[in-house]
Amino acid sequence: MLGKLSWAAIPFDQPIPLASGAVVGLVIIGVLAWITLKGWLPYLWQGWITSVDHKRIGIMYMLLALVMLLRGFTDAIMMRSQQALAFHSGGYLPPEHYDQIFSAHGTLMIFFVAMPFVIGLMNLVMPLQLGIRDVAFPTLNSVSFWLTATGALLVNVSLVVGEFARTGWLPFPPLSEITYSPGVGVDYYLWSLQISGVGTVLTGVNFVTTVLKIHAPGMTYLRMPVFCWTTLAANLLIVAAFPILTATLAMLLLDRYLGFHFFTNEAGGNMMMFMNLIWAWGHPEVYILILPAFGVFSEVISTFSGKPLFGYRSMVMATMAICLLSFTVWLHHFFTMGAGADVNAIFGITSAIIAVPTGVKIFNWLFTMYGGRLVYSQSLLWSIGFMVTFVIGGMTGVLLAVPPADFVLHNSLFLVAHFHNVIIGGVLFGAFAGYTFWFPKAFGFRLHEGLGKAAFWCWIIGFYVAFMPLYVLGLMGMTRRMQHYDVPAWHPWLLVAACGAVIILAGIILQIAQLVVSIRRREELRDRTGDPWNGRSLEWATSSPPPPFNFAVLPRVEGRDAYWTMKQRARQQTKPGAEPSYTDIEMPRNSATGFICAFFATFLGFALIWHIWWMAIVAAVGAYATFVVFAWRDRTEYIIPAEEVARIDRANRSARGEAFLPMEATP
Amino acid sequence: MSAFEAAAGRGDLQRVGHDGEPWEHRYTAHHAAGGLLSKRIVVGYGFWIFLLSDIIMFSAFFATYAVLVGATAGGPSGRELFNLNNVAIETACLLLSSFTCGIASIGARMQRGTWFYGAMTATGILGAAFLFIEVHEFMGMVARGAGPTRSAFLSAFFTLVGCHGLHVTAGMLWLLTMMAQVFAKGYRADILRRVLCFGLFWHTLDIIWVAIFTVVYLMGVWQ
Repeated sequence: MLGKLSWAAIPFDQPIPLASGAVVGLVIIGVLAWITLKGWLPYLWQGWITSVDHKRIGIMYMLLALVMLLRGFTDAIMMRSQQALAFHSGGYLPPEHYDQIFSAHGTLMIFFVAMPFVIGLMNLVMPLQLGIRDVAFPTLNSVSFWLTATGALLVNVSLVVGEFARTGWLPFPPLSEITYSPGVGVDYYLWSLQISGVGTVLTGVNFVTTVLKIHAPGMTYLRMPVFCWTTLAANLLIVAAFPILTATLAMLLLDRYLGFHFFTNEAGGNMMMFMNLIWAWGHPEVYILILPAFGVFSEVISTFSGKPLFGYRSMVMATMAICLLSFTVWLHHFFTMGAGADVNAIFGITSAIIAVPTGVKIFNWLFTMYGGRLVYSQSLLWSIGFMVTFVIGGMTGVLLAVPPADFVLHNSLFLVAHFHNVIIGGVLFGAFAGYTFWFPKAFGFRLHEGLGKAAFWCWIIGFYVAFMPLYVLGLMGMTRRMQHYDVPAWHPWLLVAACGAVIILAGIILQIAQLVVSIRRREELRDRTGDPWNGRSLEWATSSPPPPFNFAVLPRVEGRDAYWTMKQRARQQTKPGAEPSYTDIEMPRNSATGFICAFFATFLGFALIWHIWWMAIVAAVGAYATFVVFAWRDRTEYIIPAEEVARIDRANRSARGEAFLPMEATP
Repeated sequence: MSAFEAAAGRGDLQRVGHDGEPWEHRYTAHHAAGGLLSKRIVVGYGFWIFLLSDIIMFSAFFATYAVLVGATAGGPSGRELFNLNNVAIETACLLLSSFTCGIASIGARMQRGTWFYGAMTATGILGAAFLFIEVHEFMGMVARGAGPTRSAFLSAFFTLVGCHGLHVTAGMLWLLTMMAQVFAKGYRADILRRVLCFGLFWHTLDIIWVAIFTVVYLMGVWQ
């Protein structure tokens, strides 16, 4: 009846997962009870859960990412403290639990923190920057989000029901095969990634179509902000790379469930094929994460330098060059495979080449700042911190891509330090820069600057204290994923690294404090004009938060930095442009399709993990029925009447006009 | 932008390469997406992107097959297992079904029920015949002890060809849903867009089958 599921699946003998699971459960029940008692459930359902508005979906993506960041960071601090304690002793985490923690940490941080964060930023900002009302397929967007949430939910369910994978963030066979990992841990990993992967591919399709096909009048490709270009490149990579992940994980699933022989030791299976396939997805994946961050830095740096971006065309070319080259370097993840000197040399050279366009970007940002009037806001601090940190991470990466050096350093803590250096220093700093930069656009008030800057300093100092020792440890020969060790020379460095994790914890606490303080003081931090930073692109041309339709009248774009140009003209004419003629606007209706579909997908995934076949069939039929019901709708859009549009827009126009005119007096 | 520039397709890169509809017809400012293009073009374009991602998934299975084709582990190879007569009939069914699917698209666009339902039914029957032969072939191989668990080669074979078969099955489900929807709702614009997507999907399955026919069956027999 319930397949492999029984009471034995709940780890009653392990206090840590059980207690944390209980705390999370209580928090969820508490929040739900609070929402219900306050009577907010209808608002939550209509305003958020069933919303197909790209801005709200973007915010929900980022909320998911921030919550998962806390979970992933908890894993991180457990690992750092375990390694600090486990000198000549077993530490406090048993090996099978420690293995689950480092696997869950990587899986969560890549798939359910970094991915949702960048997809959330793209969702929120890209349509606004293009001057349009929504993405190409709004309901599909909601489906994508909820499928991602399903994946995150399944990973977290594994904390209390069963176990998670002990195979690392990528389940390398033959360890991940049923012979060596007979439990449900790898199945949790595989099904949660398959389900969220569907959502990611659909996002890719949706965003590529949007950027290539839907623009405000006059928004030609070479007038798009660089963030839109990096969105395009990242989503092209999603469309081209994620299907490889789906296929690879499907093959591992077939091995595990039906006894196929893709990656097994016997019957002709070839485990190195898994390495090739997974990294043919995995290397583009790191660019899927970093390219949107590059876009954020481009927007932030040019805005807070008060200058157009230096070398716009070279930035676009560098972005698209990275997009192509990212598919030519995958083998540098396993030089030690034994492919031979020629193959390794070629991939070493391509890895050196891909550093060139990234270098171009760094110089472009530096030249944008050069001669600019810098405003050292928290967003700019994250960007400068990124440039310094990422360059170090990039150089250690190029070092790792030299095959002879890699033979010494592979699988050591040097590698761990390298990829944290680029992912924290690049992706996460980019996500935080974007979060602080566009927060007022999303919610209508700014984030507290002082607390934000304090959080930045804790993060960046904590990062260096936590990860620079890992470079040293890697050079001293310490391999990754060690549950305990007995080399005295390593111990002090691991103690320092643990201190770094504590400093980062202080940064996270300051960020939570920043959010709470900003919400409480929202009136004094209010952004009344919709343009708090003297912005350059079209998202600042509408109110904060924008109305559901984004723009009352689609902006006419006449050049790069579209909104900057409009402001210049308004100042020259000492008044904002004449009031446009408003018309009715058709908007897509809310739809519960995404939520209900993910509801069934959750049960489908859970049923497949535990071999509950009847439940899997019921859930699959339910998901199909959901789509049929959606397809049978007669009314897909609703009308916002012209008077309503005018009423909303006039308020913003007057606030903006008051802000403009005094500025006109200054030279 | 002047009318001349608009007519010449200049000024807006995205309009290059599309048919010469006048600019007013294409510019649907009130639509939620607020774009310059009709929904039909956006939906068709988006679905093409999706199909490309599907093709990439197949290419991963093709690559795997190419790596594992020699890994028979002492079991049978393609040469001993494949029957080209069966495959020829399968191919004929699928190619004919693509033709009838094309007729169904035209029937839907012209809103002629006889043509649409007739051609969709023919497509469905041909698809079912294809699936029947494929399942029969698979069951025969399993009965001979050449199931997917026998060797890495057979794992790759069953996965690649079976993945295509699953796509055809999903396509059949979609086909029936589309017929029911047109029957219930008529030739509404959004339903016609779905018929367009269904047609693209079905033709793509044909393209993939041509690759399977060549790479798996022809090259397998002539090895």
